Amino acid sequence: MTPSNPNLETTIDDFAPLAAEQRRQQLSRPSLSYWQDAWIRLRANRRAILSLYIVIALLLFTLLGPLLWRVDPSAQDLDQVSRPPGAERMITLAAPYRSWNGEAVLPTATGLRLAYPASTQSVRLIWDPAPGAAAYRVYRNIVPTLPGESLGLPIAQTLTGTETRYEDRLDLRAETYFYTVVALDETGAELTARQALSVDPVAVITVAEARSRGLQSASGPLKIGDKVRFKLHPLGTDYLGRDMLARLMHGARVSLFIGIVAPLLFVGFGVAYGSMAGFLGGRVDQIMMRFADFVIALPFLLFMILFKIAFGIGPGQSGILPMIVALVMLSWPGTARLVRGQILQVREEGYVNAARLLGARTNYLVMRHMIPNTMGVILVTLTFAVPSAIFTEAFLSFIGMGVAPPTPSWGGMSNEGIKSMLIHPHELLFPAVLISITVLAFNLLGDGLRDALDAKMRSRE
Amino acid sequence: MWRYTLKRLIQGIITVWFIATATFLAMHAVPGDPMSGDRAVSAEIRKNLEAKYGLDKPLSQQYVIYLGNLARGDFGISFTQQNREVNDIIREHFPVSATLGILAIVFASLGGILWGALTALYRNKLPDIVIMFFVILGISVPSFVFAAVGQLALVKLNDLLGFSLLPVAGWGTVSHMLVPSLVLGLGTMAYLTRLMRSSMLEIINSDYLRTARAKGLPATRIFTRHQLRNAILPVVTVLGPSIAGITTGSFVVESVFAIPGLGRYFVQAVQQLDYTVIMGTTVFFGSFLVLMVIIVDLLYGFIDPRVRLA
Repeated sequence: MTPSNPNLETTIDDFAPLAAEQRRQQLSRPSLSYWQDAWIRLRANRRAILSLYIVIALLLFTLLGPLLWRVDPSAQDLDQVSRPPGAERMITLAAPYRSWNGEAVLPTATGLRLAYPASTQSVRLIWDPAPGAAAYRVYRNIVPTLPGESLGLPIAQTLTGTETRYEDRLDLRAETYFYTVVALDETGAELTARQALSVDPVAVITVAEARSRGLQSASGPLKIGDKVRFKLHPLGTDYLGRDMLARLMHGARVSLFIGIVAPLLFVGFGVAYGSMAGFLGGRVDQIMMRFADFVIALPFLLFMILFKIAFGIGPGQSGILPMIVALVMLSWPGTARLVRGQILQVREEGYVNAARLLGARTNYLVMRHMIPNTMGVILVTLTFAVPSAIFTEAFLSFIGMGVAPPTPSWGGMSNEGIKSMLIHPHELLFPAVLISITVLAFNLLGDGLRDALDAKMRSRE
Repeated sequence: MWRYTLKRLIQGIITVWFIATATFLAMHAVPGDPMSGDRAVSAEIRKNLEAKYGLDKPLSQQYVIYLGNLARGDFGISFTQQNREVNDIIREHFPVSATLGILAIVFASLGGILWGALTALYRNKLPDIVIMFFVILGISVPSFVFAAVGQLALVKLNDLLGFSLLPVAGWGTVSHMLVPSLVLGLGTMAYLTRLMRSSMLEIINSDYLRTARAKGLPATRIFTRHQLRNAILPVVTVLGPSIAGITTGSFVVESVFAIPGLGRYFVQAVQQLDYTVIMGTTVFFGSFLVLMVIIVDLLYGFIDPRVRLA
């Protein structure tokens, strides 16, 4: 230290006593209410916030979706059945079907060949006569025919050995078919002579059909040879040709409606029941909680099914309301127990006693202390109740006891999709993924809320 | 101990009675009756049928008869299958469901304990993240999707190998049981893993672990004797209730894998509105679950000496 430092130069003023400051106790940080604090903690939880966005997106999908995508979920598009998303929608306009008397327009070749260009209207086959054939049998396969393996579906048999043509009009689609013609002897036994051909029919539709379906061509009036486009189904169609996106949106209404309304109702009832038992205490409390214990002991899904039947709802005719009633009747005791425990605990807390000593009335105690201090637990229960209600709906619809067709619900759609999951996986995939995402989002949101709202129950991660 | 057991058993019997009564009332609240089926029945035949099934008596008397039959373990006769006793159905199909359920519980608890312990040991490292990802998947995917995907995987596996390694559906041999019971146990396994993980983490900072470490015990011994044994306790508590989950899960798994268990039978009975079978199976399953919960609670006393069952 050098003497030149001005700070060290002291004057007599420095020794004057300081004026007594009035220092009140001051909060150095802004005062936060319980909910503000919880919100800050929730916002810090990235998973929970992401889940919150997903929940909001799901609600938008449910509420706004059907307004934007105005397709009737029960309208059938029979031209496009079980189409995966992104399937070919172009179709060629063709002349109406005319019967065939054996002539060929395509250049002649040998072996099994096409007489006309193949379309989904008809596949006209001609083949060379085989020596010693008394008749021919035509097979159609949807996979390449391998030596020694099945030739596919026997679709026709000619009456004579001179008849060397066949016209296939059996449910043709725009996919590859593998035809095999086998010669037969007089007894009907197959000879070794066989001819094979693979055919790719072009998807066609007549002008009249196109007009009746309201299809438009890009270039003015519809002419033969033009290509038109079928209706768009962004997520494909189901096994009845119904639009998957529209069904998912309307199904979300059912699934989320049950998933949100039922928990709201049974949590509400549980809160009322539990807080009443907690407030009244004594013998009433004993009897009320014993009853709740018995309801808890009922096997849940068995009784869901039983109650649904009891409300006059057989399989295939059930509605949404009985499901909600059954869910509420069976699910309330869990919440009731929890809330009663909370009320009993909070009632004995020091701050409640302090407030009571300061002359607070019961009303004030309930509004100011009891409810805010149990609200966290109630809210967390509610969030966890949503996924379990959605699961229950999906399970019941899956075993055929849920929402009856044609009303779409995610569980019901999964049930329908599972039957053809090997060929058309999209019919199972979309509803199953939506159920999973919803359940996941509500579970993670519940975790986040529990961490944010309830310091005692905070999970240690 | 004996007093506690007795008390629990009496409580259990009251619960079963409650279940039986609720079932009885629920089934009698059904509008229409089993006789009002597809075929029109003349009044005389209807009267005879009602007499045969005892439906002409007043409700209170029916209730007494019903309880009496239940007490003797008689669940009545199926409405849709001529002269087949519900007892027969239970006797024939329950062992299948029980085998499936026990295997599933074994898979679920072993897997849950193993994975849960692993995640806690490798907390926030790669194994933890990977396992917890699957756990979250296991909690959010419905059981019928697991069943479908499990079956699909079997088909693909058999295709790939060129021979049938494990059967895709049906029942009979051990190889039939593996995949269905695994699928059935997955949801519970995910739940138990999560529980095990948090209970392991909870005791990681406990005093007795620090003492054990200070005494110089080897890490493996601390892990097995102190950490694992204490962490398993919460898992044991939820085993009882999770048996209920496995039971209902078996409805789906049995339907998808074509397993002739009681669960599939119950679903069928529900779809055909076979009242006696529905009532019988509900009461049977209900009593079974109540018994399981009591057994688990009693076992808990043996595993944790701190819990005095008095």
